Amino acid sequence: MEISNAKQVINITPELQARIDELLSHYPADKRKSALLPILHDVQDAHDNWLSIELQDKVAEIIGIQPIEVYEVVSFYTMYNQKPIGKFMFEFCRTSCCAVRGTEDLMEYTCSKLGVQEGEVTPDGMFQVVGVECLGACGYAPMMQLGDYYKEHLTKEKIDTIIDDCRAGKIDLHKQAITE
Amino acid sequence: MGQKILLEHAQVPGIKTYEIYRKVGGYRSVEKALKSMTPDEVVEEVKTSGLRGRGGAGFPTGMKWSFIDKKSGKPRHLVCNADESEPGTFKDRYLMEYIPHLLIEGMITSSYALGCNLSYIYIRGEYMWVFRILETAIKEAYANGWLGKNILGSGFDLDLHVHCGAGAYICGEETALIESLEGKRGNPRIKPPFPAVSGLWANPTVVNNVESIAAVPWIVNNTGAEYAKIGIGRSTGTKLISASGHCKNPGVYEIDLGLSVDEFMNSDEYLGGMMDDRPLKALVPGGSSVPILPAHLIFKTTEGNDRLMTYESLSEGGFASGSMLGSGGFIVYNDTTCIVRNTWNFSRFYHHESCGQCSPCREGTGWMEKVLHRIEHGHGREEDIELLWDIQRKIEGNTICPLGDAAAWPVAAAIRHFRDEFEYHVRFPEKIKNRDHFVAEPFEKVKHLVAKEVV
Repeated sequence: MEISNAKQVINITPELQARIDELLSHYPADKRKSALLPILHDVQDAHDNWLSIELQDKVAEIIGIQPIEVYEVVSFYTMYNQKPIGKFMFEFCRTSCCAVRGTEDLMEYTCSKLGVQEGEVTPDGMFQVVGVECLGACGYAPMMQLGDYYKEHLTKEKIDTIIDDCRAGKIDLHKQAITE
Repeated sequence: MGQKILLEHAQVPGIKTYEIYRKVGGYRSVEKALKSMTPDEVVEEVKTSGLRGRGGAGFPTGMKWSFIDKKSGKPRHLVCNADESEPGTFKDRYLMEYIPHLLIEGMITSSYALGCNLSYIYIRGEYMWVFRILETAIKEAYANGWLGKNILGSGFDLDLHVHCGAGAYICGEETALIESLEGKRGNPRIKPPFPAVSGLWANPTVVNNVESIAAVPWIVNNTGAEYAKIGIGRSTGTKLISASGHCKNPGVYEIDLGLSVDEFMNSDEYLGGMMDDRPLKALVPGGSSVPILPAHLIFKTTEGNDRLMTYESLSEGGFASGSMLGSGGFIVYNDTTCIVRNTWNFSRFYHHESCGQCSPCREGTGWMEKVLHRIEHGHGREEDIELLWDIQRKIEGNTICPLGDAAAWPVAAAIRHFRDEFEYHVRFPEKIKNRDHFVAEPFEKVKHLVAKEVV
């Protein structure tokens, strides 16, 4: 993913700092770097789901490592975004098991409904449709990831409902209640 | 009806909570191990059980445990590999999502056996909500005295944390996983030294799959000898199989090892046969990296015996006629499946997921994907099939980690068993270009070509 020159307001709130401290406590005091991946997830979630260079520098400073150590991790793992993304990113699994159950068809449908090509963000910044590799939900295909959660056994009707729910503000990307 | 060891309580309402899990007998193995067994006795039970690593390699778990370096005096670690990323495999997620405390119980008992005081569960980043379920369950376990200092007054201390990855299949390889847990890129390490000698932070480390660790409580509670009675031969115990593709009832199943493939595929208790009753064309029995088998090699071995869901039976005849149990990712394909398109799909996956450290894998996976892409899209050349064969041979065995093999085997198996389909693509490019993939019709080659004409 390409790096963006867009500016980002860095906001390490007391709540986020407390979470970072908790994550750091999971590793020995001289192994703070181990907390890098989990911390990046939380920092990204709190910053519109992307990590500018300045924000990566800030993470390096908090952990006490060199910025390059953060850059090389952010550029390696696919879940860290180096440029702004759509507020609701529909990540369709396109690997074999989902593919044979109709992912391509559903992606085409979603793109056409939202008026975008794969990878593009809608002009209002709300939606983005991307194809990703196996999400480990093969028996519930076709499926996609939306924020922290999976939407499985997708149909065109379900996609219509999800889009409507996103527009109506009914979907929280990171705080879905964990129910039985 | 097979025995339920791992999923016995999966459907009990509220089983995610400590309270209910405890009510159904949860954490008994920790009590038993810490109060009445030495760590070595726990290791012996696991050895006796014959439990083999459920992540795919099938290496005996007890033996792996016995390799851990106890003499160095360094801290030891147990790391649970929950980076389930193999296409076709989603069993570990089911187990963690529905019965998180079973994994935690297994981690405590196993950590006691190995003498580990700091252990981790490394889970793939995409399973973020499962990460939160595990975090909640771990907090409950701490609150109820199963984790922390002096557990049950035994003098045994254990801290357990869940650590999330960030979308890299390679982190399912144990040394890449360790690198990632250290906050680095997931580049596999050269072995030796093996993690049992130098793993996490250069300390002795054991990395086990979720399913392997979750089997430990039952083994401790019921003895390894009882576990070894389930299954057949060296394939002891039960196995979680995740089924997907064109079968009637996809999902996660716990089977006794030794069940016939036919029964698993066709009985109503399991997959219930083919979706829409279309003919079976091919099957991948153990996740995307294992060789694909054509219909005629799936239910019977070349000797004419029933093919069984065991490590040995599925690999009977080597790759010429067999495959592997692998991680138990059972992918079913019907007659509408284009094998070339599917192989290209797998190749794209491996190219995307190669860490890029070894040239044969970095260059080879991309090359294979490119060649398969052009064949699938009607631009293939006669020599492309031999080229693919050549590339996959040059990748296999020439990389630090098994991702290279995993990328090579599906291509090799597809050419081995479905060469005529590749030939058809090359010879009839216009037909290939003009296909409609969204119409469920059998792949057209059977109408135009017989295998003899193309060899």
